[in-house]
Amino acid sequence: MIWGVDVASMLLGGVAAGMVLFIVSVGLSVTMGLMGFVNLAHGGFAMLGGYAIVQAMKHWGLGFVPALVFGFVVTALVSVVLERLLYSRLYRANELDQVLLTIGLVFVMIASVTLLLGPENQPIRLPAALQGQIDLGIVRYRTYSVVLIAAGLLIAAALWLVFERTQIGAQIRAAVDNRRMAESLGINIDRLFTITFAAGSGLAALGGGLGAEFLGLDPQYPLKYLVYFLIVVAVGGLGRVTGVFWAALLIGVLDFVLKKYLPQGGTAFIYAFTILLLLWRPQGLFGGAAR
Amino acid sequence: MISPPPSGPLDRPAAHALAGRHWLRAWEPIPWILALGLFVLFPKHLAFGTELLVTILFALSLDLVLGYAGIVTLGHAAFFGAGAYTVGILAKRGLWTEPITGLILAAAVAAAVGLGSGVVLLRTRGLTLLMLTLCTMALLEEAANLAHDYTGGFDGLDSLPIAPLLGRFEFNPLYPTTQYLYVLAVLFVCFLFVRTLVYSPFGQSLTGIRENILRMRAVGAPVRQRLVLCYTLSAAIAGVAGGIWAQANAYVNLGTLALDRAATVLIILVLGGFGRLYGAFIGAVAYMALSHFLSKVYPTGWQLGLGLLLVVIALFANNGILGLVETCSRALRRRGAGAPAPGASAGQ
Repeated sequence: MIWGVDVASMLLGGVAAGMVLFIVSVGLSVTMGLMGFVNLAHGGFAMLGGYAIVQAMKHWGLGFVPALVFGFVVTALVSVVLERLLYSRLYRANELDQVLLTIGLVFVMIASVTLLLGPENQPIRLPAALQGQIDLGIVRYRTYSVVLIAAGLLIAAALWLVFERTQIGAQIRAAVDNRRMAESLGINIDRLFTITFAAGSGLAALGGGLGAEFLGLDPQYPLKYLVYFLIVVAVGGLGRVTGVFWAALLIGVLDFVLKKYLPQGGTAFIYAFTILLLLWRPQGLFGGAAR
Repeated sequence: MISPPPSGPLDRPAAHALAGRHWLRAWEPIPWILALGLFVLFPKHLAFGTELLVTILFALSLDLVLGYAGIVTLGHAAFFGAGAYTVGILAKRGLWTEPITGLILAAAVAAAVGLGSGVVLLRTRGLTLLMLTLCTMALLEEAANLAHDYTGGFDGLDSLPIAPLLGRFEFNPLYPTTQYLYVLAVLFVCFLFVRTLVYSPFGQSLTGIRENILRMRAVGAPVRQRLVLCYTLSAAIAGVAGGIWAQANAYVNLGTLALDRAATVLIILVLGGFGRLYGAFIGAVAYMALSHFLSKVYPTGWQLGLGLLLVVIALFANNGILGLVETCSRALRRRGAGAPAPGASAGQ
């Protein structure tokens, strides 16, 4: 019984972390799948969003949920400006230029945040209702983790509906599978990309705010977690919402369990797992045909 | 730029340019004269100079894979670190402290890492390759962190006992004259090797693979073997750079394997201009001089400026400083000649 409780609480913690990874990474997966754009600055949008959320709560007394909405909107707007001004010039450029542009953007974001608010970690103050523990029948667990899981499931379900049941979702799926064909059919890829880029960055902002409680929020955030976000996308497959969902849960739980039982070598195991997986299936666990 | 060929059957300008592009140009000794000049004129700045020369060597190794073979990697520090830790562990355990043979061992270990990872990684391309190089480097960093009995873990290994060079010249950390000349000599040897390599038929086929991999496959070039060989050679040179860095500083730490170092060397090479041999020199000098003076006084501003610079390079100046120089000189020559020079575009 004790063993079962242990497993349950560990799974809950891992799944909660996985949900945050999913919320941040899903936008990256879709934009990479759509345009093949190597966007190393995606974690930067998560950080910007997190900062916007924390600042809005601190200075304007906004509640947690309105602050999340605010962070989503602000980050989406910033990302649209950057996408139209910078990213759109390099859609057909090689990976090297895309890597340089986005590393440059990461540096600019890190430096601007440091200049404005200093290099310290920004603590997020959760509303009292989300603190403490909740009784789930078999196990008492932290309320916030349960809320994270619920939020993640909600977002995943919403995204699934958008992708499978709406016109724009069908267009995105078509463009990910075959961009030229989709363009020939009259789908405006550039506009589609701007929309998904904005939504993806907004979601990353939500992830930055929701995950700030255990990932922290400091100027080094985009570089610290970059490898994690990229691993989730690579394992899940480009442009696959469900793939990213399962990959994020897998990596989240793996990371949580390994950090507990193998605090020393846990991360090395995840890197090794990713290398082997990518060699076996370069398109990711859930990706379609090799690209 | 192109010296006139001896009179002979080559009377077409493009053929002249192609046949003569490996010839030594009049300006090519300049970097070496400047390096010796620094030694004579600024003996107080030799520690900085040593760091600069190591960085040039590391960037040169990256130029081979990125600039010539077109392999975009984010994990090149893996080989730098492999070389550095080879020297560090051997010296700390008292197994091997002789510097020159130590470098050969560092090159061998880094080449083995390059060969092993290259054989499996270079089957992939694009984003997957980028991810795999990144993960391999991260894995090595974690492994070095875990094996702290050998590597010192997070603290690294310091006060490495390095034997005097050639049995006579001590490495003095406070007055690094030996280090400077030693690194300069090693850089010169490695540069000659890389220069010979890129103008050899092997180097030409690498350029072919970068420009059009399908066509190279179609003409029957063994694309993968060439890429793996190039990756291995580049890893060996990066290992030499890492090893010599460890010898010159007498310490190794996890930073030699970090993403930070891999990103920095990429930035340096791109800033100078890749695929041009001398881009590594120009980029390293520009970057190191700026960071040396700016990053201590005003670190955040330095990062902001660096970020903006990268954005500008990515959007407008793909070929870095040397690319800009080439464009300008070509434009000047055209204006002078009144018509486009036919051989001008054949070089690069």
